[in-house]
Amino acid sequence: MTSSLALAVTAGVLIAAGVYLLTERSLTRILMGVLVMSNGVNLLFLVAMGRAGRPAIIGSTDPEAMSDPLPQAMVLTAIVITMAVSAFVVTMAYRSFQLNGNDEVSDDVEDARIRALAERDDVSDSYEDIKFSDTGEDVVSE
Amino acid sequence: MNNLLTIPVLLPMLGAALTLMLGPRPRAQRFVSVAVLVGVVAAAATLAVQAHTIGVQTLWVGAWPRGFGISLVADRLAGIMLTVASLVTLAVLVYSTGQDEAELRQETPVSIFHPTFLVMCAGVSAAFLAGDLFNMFVGFEILLFASYVLLTMSGTRPRMRAGSTYVVVNLLSASLFLTALATVYAATGTVNLAQLAMRLPEIDPGTQAMIQFMLLLVFGIKAAVFPLSAWLPDSYPTAPAPVTAVFAGLLTKVGVYAILRTQTLLFPHRPLTDLLLWVGLATMIVGILGAVAQSEMKRLLSFTLVSHIGYMVMGIGLATDAGLAAAIYYTAHHITIQATLFLVAGLMQRVGGSTSCDRVNGLATISPLLGALFIVPAMNLSGIPPFSGFIGKLGLLNAGIAVGTPLAWAVVVAAVSTSLLTLYTMAKAWNRAFWGKPMTASQMPDTLEEDDDVHEGRPMPGVMVGSTLALIAFSLVLTVAAGPLYDYTYQAAMTLRGGDYVRAVLAVVEP
Repeated sequence: MTSSLALAVTAGVLIAAGVYLLTERSLTRILMGVLVMSNGVNLLFLVAMGRAGRPAIIGSTDPEAMSDPLPQAMVLTAIVITMAVSAFVVTMAYRSFQLNGNDEVSDDVEDARIRALAERDDVSDSYEDIKFSDTGEDVVSE
Repeated sequence: MNNLLTIPVLLPMLGAALTLMLGPRPRAQRFVSVAVLVGVVAAAATLAVQAHTIGVQTLWVGAWPRGFGISLVADRLAGIMLTVASLVTLAVLVYSTGQDEAELRQETPVSIFHPTFLVMCAGVSAAFLAGDLFNMFVGFEILLFASYVLLTMSGTRPRMRAGSTYVVVNLLSASLFLTALATVYAATGTVNLAQLAMRLPEIDPGTQAMIQFMLLLVFGIKAAVFPLSAWLPDSYPTAPAPVTAVFAGLLTKVGVYAILRTQTLLFPHRPLTDLLLWVGLATMIVGILGAVAQSEMKRLLSFTLVSHIGYMVMGIGLATDAGLAAAIYYTAHHITIQATLFLVAGLMQRVGGSTSCDRVNGLATISPLLGALFIVPAMNLSGIPPFSGFIGKLGLLNAGIAVGTPLAWAVVVAAVSTSLLTLYTMAKAWNRAFWGKPMTASQMPDTLEEDDDVHEGRPMPGVMVGSTLALIAFSLVLTVAAGPLYDYTYQAAMTLRGGDYVRAVLAVVEP
């Protein structure tokens, strides 16, 4: 099977750019990343297809000279799915903007909890502040 | 050829269209949804029986010659998964109709819950029945899309936060899946599972290993195995109880199914079994340690969900018939029990006004029935004999001991410890939420949880209790019928490893 180096390199660059954008906080940029990356991945299917040939229509083309139509069908499905995903992510970004004034993906719940605990200066149940029971004064301060 | 194979996919799709049109008429909508899911259960059960008695059921959609076009396949594994999944979906839907009247309807003025729920059901069926990787991908996308909508339903702040993490993670995994598909097609010229099983062993071992690893990575994200599990406890707990229940029961299990299917069928020599065992071990331990630290019921259950995925991965990693059989049985058990527990968490929310153990107390005094509803599945999850959890774990441990390598022993030890820690978390939740004196909403202390839907306790509607009871009864059936079921899963495992699947799908002559 022969395949195009140009396509493979373009796919690589697109996917790399997409992954970089995915690491951003803002949903809009993540969406850009997804779009760029999905285009890169779709190109990979064209790489997998092998050499481009003539239209795959029985009767008008010699079967030997045809392109492989199957990857194109798969890419078509993938494009439709990406379109739906984009619509959903745009809606989600807008809703986040309505609620929070920005469209950033927020922290993990656990991270937020730990930060809140630190801000409240709470200690865990197992931690005991040793005091003399009769005076109530700290051992450390004495 | 068996046209019944299309029913579990087409019927829910049709139902989704109907319920969408019936939006303004909730009663008719509920009736259609329930009727559709009953139909799916019947079709799935028939397929499971046919796969057992007649052999692997196949359908080349559109009557294209074998090897071209789309194939749907139901072997014993797909049959049992589909049956259990659709039963649980039905129970959860019935539960939600009970909740509907009181809560959901206020939340979602446009009634999109039923159509979306049915679309998700169609996606799950499509993923289970797909005979090729690309349609498995499409099935995954259908169910994920429905799950995005269900998770972010009514667009409140916590749900948008949870939803954005969930959506981004799944977008990434979808891209990875597509990349894997392109690689598979470039290497072998097909995405049909049966053809792949024949062609993959002939290609370069390096390429094979790459494909295997990529597929494992993709399905690992969906199944939420450690270290790819961080998204799950972060996103599941904010959704309404029925949604979380069906997500927890089904969605991760579809990932487990895909791992089981691809790893056994496509890579029979399985060079990555050690990796799977390590992953299973880490998933069990890390997941349950997360659960120990939680006090909010739904988050706690999400962590136990991650942890128990480890058991199934362990069974797959053992790579023996006994291990696979136990993993399949455990998956069936876990779909049921995890969904039940999330439904019970929904009932706790109603009765106690919150699902945080910091805020509710004495639930067993307020409602002894709720106490009973919680303790039975909780003990089942922990693996207390004679419940199905015990039988599944026993099978896995036996299989692990039979393999007998140091790594297998390490996983066995981890499995026993995880079981013990699960019992500990369940007992802790029981102590804190169900014992003690009941408190009112005004007495509830402030916590750091983001779930602020605190209210005074309300009675439990009969429908919600009834469907939860039905699921518990089903888990007891899994226990009582463990003998025949184990036979079934054992043969399912044999079909996976033998060539039955490939022969049935590609056979030129109709058997």
